[in-house]
Amino acid sequence: MSNQVFKIALAGNPNSGKTTLFNALTGLKQKVGNYPGITVEKKLGTIRFSDDYEAIAIDLPGTYSLFPKSIDEEVAQQILCNKDNSDYPDITLVVADASNLRRTIFLLTQIIDLKMNVVLALNMVDIATKKGLIVDVNLLSKKLGIPVVAINARKGKGIEVLKKTLINSLDRSPDYPFLDVGKLFKGAIKKANIIRNVENNYASFMALCKQKLSGELENRCALNQLCKSEDIIPERAQAKETVNRYSLIDKLVKETVKQGEPIGKYMITRRLDDLLIHPFYGYIIFLLILFVIFQVVFSLATYPMDLIDGLFVDIQMFVAQTLPKGLLNDLVVNGILAGLGGILIFVPQIAFLFAFIAFLEDTGYMARVSFITDKLLRNVGLNGRSIIPLLSGAACAVPAIMSTRTISSWKERIITILVTPLMSCSARLPVYTLIIALIIPAEDYFGFNLQGIVMMSFYMIGFISAILVALLLKYIIKSKEYSYYIMEMPSYKIPDWKTVGYTIYEKVKIFLFDAGKIIIAVSIVLWFMSSFSPGDNFEKIEQKWKGHENAEFNINADKLEASYAGIIGKMIEPAIKPLGFDWKIGISLITSFAAREVFVGTMSTIYSVGDSNVKSIQTRLSELKNPDTGEAFFTPAVGISLMLFYAFAMQCMTTIVIVYRETNHWKWPFIQFIYMGFLAYVSSLIAYQLLS
Amino acid sequence: MQCLAELPIGSIGEMVRIFDNNLEQKLLEMGCTPGENFKVIRKAPFGGPVAILISSYILSIRREDAKSIEVIELRNE
Repeated sequence: MSNQVFKIALAGNPNSGKTTLFNALTGLKQKVGNYPGITVEKKLGTIRFSDDYEAIAIDLPGTYSLFPKSIDEEVAQQILCNKDNSDYPDITLVVADASNLRRTIFLLTQIIDLKMNVVLALNMVDIATKKGLIVDVNLLSKKLGIPVVAINARKGKGIEVLKKTLINSLDRSPDYPFLDVGKLFKGAIKKANIIRNVENNYASFMALCKQKLSGELENRCALNQLCKSEDIIPERAQAKETVNRYSLIDKLVKETVKQGEPIGKYMITRRLDDLLIHPFYGYIIFLLILFVIFQVVFSLATYPMDLIDGLFVDIQMFVAQTLPKGLLNDLVVNGILAGLGGILIFVPQIAFLFAFIAFLEDTGYMARVSFITDKLLRNVGLNGRSIIPLLSGAACAVPAIMSTRTISSWKERIITILVTPLMSCSARLPVYTLIIALIIPAEDYFGFNLQGIVMMSFYMIGFISAILVALLLKYIIKSKEYSYYIMEMPSYKIPDWKTVGYTIYEKVKIFLFDAGKIIIAVSIVLWFMSSFSPGDNFEKIEQKWKGHENAEFNINADKLEASYAGIIGKMIEPAIKPLGFDWKIGISLITSFAAREVFVGTMSTIYSVGDSNVKSIQTRLSELKNPDTGEAFFTPAVGISLMLFYAFAMQCMTTIVIVYRETNHWKWPFIQFIYMGFLAYVSSLIAYQLLS
Repeated sequence: MQCLAELPIGSIGEMVRIFDNNLEQKLLEMGCTPGENFKVIRKAPFGGPVAILISSYILSIRREDAKSIEVIELRNE
């Protein structure tokens, strides 16, 4: 027989080691995407068994139950309840944390009752033993009527046995049911089966209790009628079923698990919690950890970033000199390679940030952070888990927004995504540095450097505006979901380095391939806008400067003025004049869209027109005169106005693309672009009009 | 009637019932069934969540939500 391919779905509670097992089974053969239309991560992988067998594994979202209350549970429920679903598995592999057996068996028996072919992987038996729990695996298997395999996903123990068991279970017909809802709600279930034209008591029971499910549209009316005639109140029925299920589970657990004295490990969690969620030290430690993360993402990442930057300059130089001069050369060097370099430059920050986040998640510390910050942040519409994205936003909004996936409440996640780009990211730094040097004297006031104080205030402006906007959005964004905070605080664990590694690999891959495509496309458009002009303007410019000293400098500047970007810059001049900007700044605002720091380069090119001396951008700008007044062009009013514009405006295509990728909708980046643009315009307008 | 939010740290209690429907289903599924014993182990500062040890794992619940959970205090350690 040739290759037989079948489907395996991995189900389990959060923190059960499901993802670790998924990684151990599939290796790097994984594909991560989104379920269509929603932002629940869909993870697929391939498991090779032997030459004859191969399985497609799907990692279902971690849930405690199949009753859909959150979007995660709905995804899991739809796949397991519907035989027509393209992901409907041949085998469902349930991963259980051996020390939380009571709770996991709940989910497990729900899946059994859906008539699924189930195998149970009992993970972390060693930790259970340390907690004094001894599980009788054979008896458990017999009582549940399914194969049970003890494994240790981290150490890779039991994986081969598990694989063999999976193959052997392919044609097994499951023992069913664990809890007979048909008996619990006699007539109703039978009739629901008839309405839905299936012979699956538990699936029909779920449909009866949750008529809002998308798959049940055609039967909704009939099921609703049935509830009324049979006197079934969905919430009560569901609660009754859950309580009944648990009483059976309690009996089962009593028979199969022996409780002894806990040893060692369990005490460690308590001791650590004494410190880490201490009402005073807890916050101090958290601030210290944030400081370290910020330092690393902000400063340590600059070394590999400079390396990538330098490498791309070299490649660009090499290609520019090797390829024949002309349009293709320019497209490759200034369009494609510049775009590619602009993407790769983000990789170190993404990798560093996710190394920390994966580490903190995997140890169990993140749950504690939520615990101590939940109340404080919820007051402003954020979540305990918003603090990491928010603070990392001070280095770069791109990895920060990618890290919001850990926020389970949809509303709090959207708010975090929307306000994170207000934090002063490192790309704003060169812009601020340049302008501050121009308009602020390097004097000391009360022993403080004035330039430093202004820089600091702009960081504060970013942070304060992020909090204020979050507070505003809390009242604007409507959410149907009730924001719960019912969270397990897992025992502390030594992080699994493989899991940390996979997370970094996965995030970098998503960024490079999903966002990279769009970013390259936009870079090419921007390149086109600044390297082409209508008609033969460019030839005329070249003619004009032929033979001049520093011809190339002047040609470039003139060309930029004549290009489409220049035309747009001039077109928007009336709109930005009240902010104190001229059309040259207008061009810089447009080219800055590729990345804020491009501002400095564009300014230095565009202001070099007609100047035959090579000067630093700073001297050049400081010598500029205002054609109307004859005084210096860069007055404090213009400078502050420009800095405020950069503080608020969404001038980063990479962030826009990432927001789209993370929200799965163009609506959110659009709203963000508009509100930030509005803030930028209004604050610049007020500042300029007041100061000038 | 006692609610979970009132119990001090160290109390051992028994779940009675949950008044909020959505909350009830979620907590039942996580093992907070009537009659189940638990221990209050932590309370976050500033009126933050409360953490209980139940079915051998630690569960944290918002203080506001803990007000709709009826419990009986059995003893205090």
